Amino acid sequence: MQPVISFLGAVVGYFDPVIDNIGLFADAFLHTLEIVVYAAVGSLALGTVVAAFRVSPVSPLRWVGTSWVTVFRNCPLTVVLFFCAFGLPEIGINGAYFWFGVTGLVLYTSAFVSEAVRSGINSVSAGQAEAARAIGLTFRQSMGQVVFPQAFRTVVPPLGSVIIAMIKNSAIVGAFGVGNELFSVHATLVSARGLALIPVLLGVAAGYLIITLTGGALLGVLERKVAIAR
Amino acid sequence: MTATTPPMIKMAAVNKHFGSLHVLRDVDLEVDRGQVVVVLGPSGSGKSTLCRTINRLEPIDQGTIEVDGAPLPAEGRELARLRADVGMVFQQFNLFAHKTVIENVTLGPIKVRKLGRSQAHETAMTLLDRVGITDQADKYPAQLSGGQQQRAAIARALAMRPKVMLFDEPTSALDPEMINEVLDVMVALADEGMTMLVITHEMGFARRAAHRVVFMSDGEIVEDAAPQEFFTAPRSDRARDFLGKILTH
Ligand SMILES: Nc1ncnc2c1ncn2[C@@H]1O[C@H](COP(=O)(O)OP(=O)(O)O)[C@@H](O)[C@H]1O
Ligand SMILES: [Mg+2]
Repeated sequence: MQPVISFLGAVVGYFDPVIDNIGLFADAFLHTLEIVVYAAVGSLALGTVVAAFRVSPVSPLRWVGTSWVTVFRNCPLTVVLFFCAFGLPEIGINGAYFWFGVTGLVLYTSAFVSEAVRSGINSVSAGQAEAARAIGLTFRQSMGQVVFPQAFRTVVPPLGSVIIAMIKNSAIVGAFGVGNELFSVHATLVSARGLALIPVLLGVAAGYLIITLTGGALLGVLERKVAIAR
Repeated sequence: MTATTPPMIKMAAVNKHFGSLHVLRDVDLEVDRGQVVVVLGPSGSGKSTLCRTINRLEPIDQGTIEVDGAPLPAEGRELARLRADVGMVFQQFNLFAHKTVIENVTLGPIKVRKLGRSQAHETAMTLLDRVGITDQADKYPAQLSGGQQQRAAIARALAMRPKVMLFDEPTSALDPEMINEVLDVMVALADEGMTMLVITHEMGFARRAAHRVVFMSDGEIVEDAAPQEFFTAPRSDRARDFLGKILTH
């Protein structure tokens, strides 16, 4: 009995850097949650608009959509964030680093959302959109009333992957002065205060896992819902 | 009312290419108000393309198309308004798969004509009654037979109160026993004076309802004649050849 207890004691003791700073972890966790919720809403909305541009009957819009995806899908996130954090103030757009970080994530992720939504749109037969236009629905109405509701089903799983990747990518925004988000906890505790690296990183990883696994579970529920609604 | 009302459809010197393929060659076609025109021709001769240029589902390269005296507008709101006035029935029905039959029929009236829900519903039920499928109103398209789906699609088009109806091989995807239930609806529509352009190889329909038969081959209109005249005495070799093929069975 005694060795087991002392072993457990040692394990718990190992995580003292986390337990002693649980308040800091909690704040950082909520801050990261805030970033990824804004970024998820923003990139889903923007990515859907970009996807609509890409299938629009107006060729300049198609061109804008295609260029958008090409640029943001092929640029490293770090570069996009650099532009947001240091480029935007340069051209006179000022604001909190928080919003620059969110903007960078939204721009970058919107390209991937757009591709997922576009593949969903392509899974709906062309005849559906033609019939919609033939009764006089505008392009926006045909998308909103006929194409998107049917594309949604096929789009949920790939969109889930895109959003989970975005959550993980949000760790990078800490490096751009957003501060106080989950990943930057290690800088505060390890670099500045000299606490042990590994337990702190495990704490950070646990924080991300809580967000991504919860997100994944919610998506699973949504996926089953839309599958039944067929 | 002027003495000379414009034709309902007027195509002049229309040309259309798909890449290097010349699918419509200098097509001139007029369809008068109340007229029923049947379009015939071999597969790949450009019939569907012709039909789809009339509501600009396919844009054209050269020429002009007018519907009820007004040239086709460019892509946008104006075009959507025009399409609302031109009913279209597809070979594959294309009912909205995620909506029930009644929702299919009321969508356009509510979103485009801005009718109230109950009024749209009432009109839709009248139309479903007219095509004989009131009992299918709350089912999804996949739960209906092909013939029922096509009748629902006709009701959906009629719900917009179109000036003209375009049919692209409306019975070609149907099992033989369902063809007549759809043709009956179309004949009734023709009898009521609807202007119709119908791509079909159903000779019976052409004989009973059509005022004119237009024969297409290789993107050209080769003959344009009264049904009786066309079927009994086609003038061109291409038409004779084509009729020989479809009449043998
Ligand atoms: N979207 C398209 N892209 C390229 N070629 C097409 C397209 N639609 C039709 N075609 C071609 O145009 C020709 C005419 O087609 P279509 O109008 O469908 O003929 P029909 O209805 O008389 O069978 C055919 O050779 C067909 O392969
Ligand atoms: Mg065809």
